[in-house]
Amino acid sequence: MNVKNIIPNKEFNIIGNNKYNLSEYLIKTIMIVCSSVAIAVTLGIIFSLLFETINFFQKVSLSEFLFGTKWSPQTALRSDQVAAEGSFGAIPLITGTLLISTIAMCIATPLGLFSAIYLSEYASKKIRNIVKPLLEILAGIPTVVYGFFAALTVAPIIRSTGETVGLNVSSESALAAGLIMGIMIIPLISSLSDDVINAVPQSLRDASLALGSTNSETIRKVILPAAIPGISGSLLLAASRAIGETMIVVMAAGLAANLTANPLEAVTTITAQIVALLTGDQEFDSAKTLSAFALGLLLFIVTLILNMISLKIVNKYREQYD
Amino acid sequence: MINIFITSTKLRRSRELSEIRFRWFGKLAIGVSLGFLFVMVGSILLKGKSAFLSSDIAITIDLGPDNVDINNINETRFDALMKKSLRQTFPDVKSRKEKKKLYGLLSADMGFELRDQILNDTNLLGSEAKLWFTASDDIDLLLKGAVDLSLGEDNRRISDLEAEWISLLKDTDNVRLKFNKKFFTNGDSREPELAGILSALMGSILTLSICFIVSFPIAILAAIYLEEFAPKNKISAFIEVNINNLAAVPSIVFGLLGLALLLNVFDLPRSTPLVGGLVLSLMTLPTIIIASRASLRAVPPSIREAALGMGASPIQGTFHHVVPLALPGILTGTIVGMAQALGETAPLLMIGMVAFIADVPTSVVEPAAALPVQIFLWADASERAFLEKTSAAIIVLIVFLVLMNLLAIFLRKKFEKRF
Amino acid sequence: MNIQTKQNSDIDVKNKLDIIVAKNVDVFYGSKQALENITIDIPENQVTSLIGPSGCGKSTFLRCINRMNDLVPICRVSGDIRISGQDIYAQEVDVVSLRANVGMVFQKPNPFPKSIFENVAYGPKIHGLTSDKSEMKDLVEWSLQKAGLWNEVKDRLTENATSLSGGQQQRLCIARAIAVKPRVILMDEPCSALDPIATAVIEELIDELKANFSIVIVTHSMQQAARVSQKTAFFHMGNLVESGQTKNIFTSPKDERTQNYITGRIG
Repeated sequence: MNVKNIIPNKEFNIIGNNKYNLSEYLIKTIMIVCSSVAIAVTLGIIFSLLFETINFFQKVSLSEFLFGTKWSPQTALRSDQVAAEGSFGAIPLITGTLLISTIAMCIATPLGLFSAIYLSEYASKKIRNIVKPLLEILAGIPTVVYGFFAALTVAPIIRSTGETVGLNVSSESALAAGLIMGIMIIPLISSLSDDVINAVPQSLRDASLALGSTNSETIRKVILPAAIPGISGSLLLAASRAIGETMIVVMAAGLAANLTANPLEAVTTITAQIVALLTGDQEFDSAKTLSAFALGLLLFIVTLILNMISLKIVNKYREQYD
Repeated sequence: MINIFITSTKLRRSRELSEIRFRWFGKLAIGVSLGFLFVMVGSILLKGKSAFLSSDIAITIDLGPDNVDINNINETRFDALMKKSLRQTFPDVKSRKEKKKLYGLLSADMGFELRDQILNDTNLLGSEAKLWFTASDDIDLLLKGAVDLSLGEDNRRISDLEAEWISLLKDTDNVRLKFNKKFFTNGDSREPELAGILSALMGSILTLSICFIVSFPIAILAAIYLEEFAPKNKISAFIEVNINNLAAVPSIVFGLLGLALLLNVFDLPRSTPLVGGLVLSLMTLPTIIIASRASLRAVPPSIREAALGMGASPIQGTFHHVVPLALPGILTGTIVGMAQALGETAPLLMIGMVAFIADVPTSVVEPAAALPVQIFLWADASERAFLEKTSAAIIVLIVFLVLMNLLAIFLRKKFEKRF
Repeated sequence: MNIQTKQNSDIDVKNKLDIIVAKNVDVFYGSKQALENITIDIPENQVTSLIGPSGCGKSTFLRCINRMNDLVPICRVSGDIRISGQDIYAQEVDVVSLRANVGMVFQKPNPFPKSIFENVAYGPKIHGLTSDKSEMKDLVEWSLQKAGLWNEVKDRLTENATSLSGGQQQRLCIARAIAVKPRVILMDEPCSALDPIATAVIEELIDELKANFSIVIVTHSMQQAARVSQKTAFFHMGNLVESGQTKNIFTSPKDERTQNYITGRIG
């Protein structure tokens, strides 16, 4: 091809070619709609929960719900039945949730933190590349599997161990559920803490080591204090996960609304009750069913607050070191 | 001479000890966590492996013209014929109680199994035939060695009499352990020996399909818009906060949303993969959006600049050039999201996928169960034989999860382009 | 600290006043050689500067002296380095104790995100130099005085160190290093991140410090080397080209490469 013969297009037309505009406008609109789905979902959650909760509080008073200590949800089956003996005090559920979550956090925090510290400060690259994915597997196992293991293997072991020592352990102890839940949360704490510890600049480590500190002194006195905001963020996120967990407690912790701080007894949680209230035959409008939504709203608000605080702390911490 | 760099003061020694202790705590933490993982997976594997075998018992049936009319096979009273054959095999059984135990050696479906075998091969008719039938769940446990015969008769589910019959059948080679095909071809059943995961598996597949069809396009378009086109203002920041929050909302709340909105307001059919899939898609949306945004961000700006420099419109540049490069990461994120959705149980319980479903669902608007829900239901069952079935179902679930994650890793490695 | 140095007849000590003696030091990063056959003596209670173009290995050599190169897995150091006559790479050497005796100030100021007091007190605390609270306060005051920072911070010792200016932070790092009473202070381009006024303050400080400490400073600036040091060593491409009294190096260098660097032909 003779290059000389290729003449550039004489028309240098740069006036807008509107051929693209309509389809591009359509595509953009579709994308905007898709993006707003996230807001729609959040609003949907808030409104649907709120709506049913308001219905609920027309039947049961707010103060009974928030401050009552007796939870035994019944409603009249027939309209002419004598006033239903149901009580809807959520306190035992709240304490049960807190008890199990606290046990879980007590297990997960040291195990998760120390794993993260060892992996980021001591382990060789080879070990890190093997162990880190293995820990992630713990996070990928469905909670129903954890629940099965907790109910059928761990709880009986705890029970018989307790009996040999002379303690009275329930077959659905808070300890069993909390223990397994703790194991499930370990990867959450360890991988978030790992990121946070790695974000601490090497210059601080150099300064500490050059002064003649050992590795553990550097970690304990320089790195961890510097990483505390980030680590607290990860702990809050883990706590929020523990509070919202359902299957493990449904399968291993039972439904006894027991107001106690003894981990060897059986307690129930907000999530377990929601499941119990809604998986059975029920009238949709009864106070019993509506109470599930009130519990759901409570759960949503609490986890939302924890998540927002955690995000804020972690973002502020990231700004500090980027 | 004193080498000042080899101090061994008490303080230095205690500092060194504390260093050693600290390292050991780290190793211990990892050891306990991983140890637990292995114990859990190991115990489930051990408990579940026997479910992949099932016990069969051979009984001689007289299929002569007295018992089965060759022109009218379906009129035959198969159940009665089975009971008669059992009595013929053990003629000494007289009392009613003992007869009941005898009939209980085989599964409750024994009549149907006889019918199916005859219909499959009508040549069997006219004479005696030795046919294999599924053993009942307790016998199955006995043959797998899960019954402790040393316990007193009142402390176990198998009576001495039944044990005797079985050992007789064993001696005459009329007992075998075969691969449990039923586990994969049957739906749920009240009888453990006949229970299978097919209905739950199909339910899960249908649910995940709906989840994928709904969440994938919406998530990708949202991610592309937010990452490439949205102006960096308060609204887009608000959307981003929303997405991050939704990713951390407990799954049961999504179930409540599904119940209140999809079932009560929109009146969609309860307990169907359609509703289950919709609820799960709301949960997977944030996961896919976050992963997709990360892969889009990883595409260097030079690609976009090159496309725009050639006169492509922003949309063309994005869809023709940027998205294909980000696709591996997007797919990986999607697969991971689907794997998470596969294991979700709580939201499905809320929308009613917790019923006893024996038939295999064929459409998304039929009631169905899902694999994790099936596991949950079987875990609650009182029959001892369901223990191994539950563990086996967990093994199947985990195999699927492993495959999906391996696929994700494979895709990522294969299409990883270094810029 | 009561320092006792004994002469060991096995050691070939050229000059009784040398605190660091390096012989035939080679450093490899994997298969790449960073330093070749370095032999140098660092005199006591003087400032020795290491100069040379970027990448010539002077920082690498500095980090051999307090074994900070140990933190890099692929780094191999061979040869003989002795401080006060003791081989610092010997099997029995406790690196932690070594670093307590050899202080380091880094290029970019890196105070801990703690209070000013805690920054200075960190070293003495972990080494158990004093257990008495008031003794510690005195030690911190002494260190900050010697670093020329006391008057500026004496009223705000509990404030976070990150609230100080760049120059103040670097002086704080110097105070932190001094507080453990090391024999040697290593400085890796301590002024390169600072403005000229802060630089001048620190250079004056270095001059005063040499009365109590031996200082080895890596610097990019020949003028700085000429201002603060008594002995200068010129590194080039991993080799120690020449070393000697500072004024001789700058007025009558023996090697052509040194001449080229000083006159700006290379570097």
